[in-house]
Amino acid sequence: MKVEAKPHYERNTDTKPKTGADLLVDALIQQEVKTIFGYPGGAVLPIYDALHRAGDSFHHVLARHEQGSIHAAEGYARVTGKPGVVIATSGPGATNLITGIADAMMDSLPIVVFTGQVARGVIGTDAFQEADVMGITTPITKHNYQVQSLADLPRTVKEAFHIASTGRPGPVVVDIPKDISSEVEENPPSVDFSLPGYQPNLKPNPLQVKKLTDALAHAKRPVILAGAGVIHGKAAEELKTFAESHSLPVVNTLLGLGSFPGSHPLSLGMGGMHGTYTANMALYECDLLINIGARFDDRLTGKLEHFAPQATVAHIDIDPAEIGKNVPTQIPIVSDSKAALEELIRQSKEIPHVEEWLETLKGYQKEYPLWYNNPESKLVPQWLLEKVHDYTGGNAIITTDVGQHQMWAAQYYKLEKPNRWVTSGGLGTMGFGFPAAIGAQIASPDDTVVAVVGDGGFQMTLQELSLLQELDLPVKVLIVNNEALGMVRQWQEKFYEERYSQSLLNTQPDFVKLAESYNLKGMKITSQQDIEEKLPDALKTREPMVIDCRVLREENVYPMIAPGKGLHEMIGVKPCEES
Amino acid sequence: MRRIVTATVQNRSGVLNRVTGLLAKRQFNIESISVGRTETEGISKMTIVVDVPDTQKLEQLTKQLNKQIDVLKVSDITDKAIVASELALIRVGSNAQLRSEIQGIIEPFRASVIDISRDSLTVQVTGKHEKIEALIDLLRPYGIKELARTGLTAFLRGHQPQVTEMKNYSILK
Ligand SMILES: Cc1ncc(C[n+]2csc(CCOP(=O)(O)OP(=O)(O)O)c2C)c(N)n1
Repeated sequence: MKVEAKPHYERNTDTKPKTGADLLVDALIQQEVKTIFGYPGGAVLPIYDALHRAGDSFHHVLARHEQGSIHAAEGYARVTGKPGVVIATSGPGATNLITGIADAMMDSLPIVVFTGQVARGVIGTDAFQEADVMGITTPITKHNYQVQSLADLPRTVKEAFHIASTGRPGPVVVDIPKDISSEVEENPPSVDFSLPGYQPNLKPNPLQVKKLTDALAHAKRPVILAGAGVIHGKAAEELKTFAESHSLPVVNTLLGLGSFPGSHPLSLGMGGMHGTYTANMALYECDLLINIGARFDDRLTGKLEHFAPQATVAHIDIDPAEIGKNVPTQIPIVSDSKAALEELIRQSKEIPHVEEWLETLKGYQKEYPLWYNNPESKLVPQWLLEKVHDYTGGNAIITTDVGQHQMWAAQYYKLEKPNRWVTSGGLGTMGFGFPAAIGAQIASPDDTVVAVVGDGGFQMTLQELSLLQELDLPVKVLIVNNEALGMVRQWQEKFYEERYSQSLLNTQPDFVKLAESYNLKGMKITSQQDIEEKLPDALKTREPMVIDCRVLREENVYPMIAPGKGLHEMIGVKPCEES
Repeated sequence: MRRIVTATVQNRSGVLNRVTGLLAKRQFNIESISVGRTETEGISKMTIVVDVPDTQKLEQLTKQLNKQIDVLKVSDITDKAIVASELALIRVGSNAQLRSEIQGIIEPFRASVIDISRDSLTVQVTGKHEKIEALIDLLRPYGIKELARTGLTAFLRGHQPQVTEMKNYSILK
C-alpha cells in the first residue's frame, strides 16, 4: 500500500488551509455528530488521520466487522431518531456494509455512510480495492454521491444529512476518493445547497383529512393500523389521543410496535403473519382502515385479495409512492404522521358508534388469545420472553435478530413506548440484533438493553462481543438457543414434511466460555427454575452479560398465516390444534 | 398501455443509472429511453416510453421517479398535445437499379438518403413512432442490413387545447 505524506494541521484554525478530510470532520461537527461507527483502511487513511487530529470531538466505535458498524449505527438511529454515521474504506470495507445499507433502506432508518474510494485518477481501472460503490448502492439508498471535487465536499455532507433525516428517512452514501480527502483547500468552500427535486410534503391537505373524518363519522368497524411512520414522526402521543377520543382499536405492524401502548385496552397487538388473531380479524372485517405510516408489507397483508376486503382505505404516509402501491386507497393523505394526526384531531367532531365492533373484538381476544403450552419440566421460549418482560418491567430497549425469537419477542414483550424496539423488519437480516443493541446502548447508556437473538443469527456477528468488553456496555445478550435455525426448521416441519435440510445446529460453541474469552460474564439457563433464580439479577446488573437460554427445540411460532393465505385463514389459533 | 413519460432531471453524476436502475428493479417494461440536455444548463430531460398494464402501475412509475432526489418533474404527456419524434437510421440493400425505386418510397416520409455504397444505402428518417414503423415495413423487402433508432423524445406543444382531459396522476398536485 502506498502511504502518502499527509500535512499536519492544528484543529480549530479555520483560516489555515485544510485537507478534504478536515473539511469532512468540520462538517460532521457542524451536524452535531457525536458517535461514529467505522473501520479504517487504505482509502480512508486521510479521514482517520483527520479524526485523530480532531481528538475527542467524536466517540469512534471500532466494530470488528463493517456489518457490525452499520447495524450498530442502525440501532443508534432507531433509538435516537438521529442519523447514524458510518465510515468504511473502499472495496471490501464498502461491500461489507451492503447488507446494513439495504436493511436501513427497507426500514427507513436515517444512516449516513462515508466510503473511501480509490483516487480519481484510477477510478474505473480496477485499481486495488476499487469497487463501484455508486453502482452497487444506487438501488439500496435513498440517495448516493460520489464527491467529484473538494469544493463539493462540505455541501455534499450537508445534503446527505438533510436527505437521510428528513421526509421518509433512509440511508445516504457519500463516496469520497482518497485524493480528495488528502487534497489541501486554501479557501473553505461554500456549504449552501438547494435540492429543488427534494421537497417532502409535511402538512396534510385539510380536504383529504376531511374526507377521512367524514368516513370515520359513519364507520361501524374502523381500525387504525399504526406503523413505524408514527415513530419516525414522533406522533405516539397524538395517536393515543386520537384513538382514545374515538375509541378506535389499534393494530401495530412489526416495526410500529411501541407506537401505541401494548397494554392499552384499545391495542389489538401486532397484525400479520404471526400477529394476533384479533388484530388480523380486525383488519379483515373492518369497514374503515386508517393506515398511519405503514407500507402494507406482504408479511402484514397476507394474500391481498383477502386484505380488508370491505374497507374504505385511508393511508397517511410521508412517502406518496407508498400510497396505492400494494392496496388500492380511497383516501390518500400525504403527510408527516404527527401533522396529519393533529389535523385529524382538530377536525373530527363526530364520534363513530363502535360499541358493537369493540365487543366483537373483545370476544375474539377472549376466545383466541396468544397461547403456548408450558410444561413445567421444559423451558419454552414464549414463557422466557414473558419473564424478560416482567423482570425488566416492560421498560427495556429490546433489539432482536431474525427468526422465531423475533416473533416471540414481538408477541410477548409488550412495548409501552416508542423508540425501544429495534428489529430488522423489511430485509429480515440475521446478524442484526446484537450489533444493533450496541448502538442502542451507546445511544441510551442508562437503559437496560436486551439483545434477543437466536443461536443462528448471533453467530453471524458475535465478533462484536469485543465492544462490550472494550466500551463496558451493559448489553444483555439473550440467546434463545434452540439449537436450530428455528424459523427455517418450523417451515420445513410445516411445509416440507419435516425434511430438516440444513436447519439443525448440532454443533455449537460453548457460549459461556465464549463470553469469558472476551472477559464477559456468561451464564447458561436450562430450566424454569434457572430463570426464576438467575434471570432477574442478570438483567439488572450494570455489566454486560451473555445468557445462553436452552429452550425447547420443537417449539413453533403461532398463530400463523401460511404463505399465500389470507388474514382470516390463520392456523394454530387454539391450543387444541397443536398437540 | 403505451405511455410517454418525461422526467426533468438534474444533471448530476449517477442520475441516469438511478432512473434506469429503478425502472429495472420495479420491473417496468421500457420501450425506449432517450436523454439529452435542455435549454437550461445542468438540466436534462428523459423521455421514457413504457408499456404498463394499468393506471395503478403507471402511478407507481411516476411516483417512484418523482421520489428520486435529482428528479425535478415527471409528466405523463401521452394524452396531451405534444410534439414527439424519434430518429432512425436504416441501411438497406440496394444497387444502381433499385436506388430510384427506394427514393420513391422514402420521399413521402420526408426521409433522406445520407450514405450510399455499391450494394446498400442508408436512410435517415425522423418523426412519430408509427411513421418510422411504417417506413421500416416498406423497406424490409429490400433487405434491412442495419437499423438504429434513438427512441422517442417529446414535449408539450406551445398551445394546449382547452378540451384536453388532463390526467394528473400525482396526488401531491
Ligand atoms: C442473513 C440471513 N440469512 C438467512 C436468513 C433466512 N432465515 C430466516 S430466519 C432463519 C433462522 C434463524 O435462526 P436463529 O437465528 O437460530 O433464530 P430462531 O429462528 O431459531 O429463533 C433463517 C436462516 C435470513 N433471514 N438472514
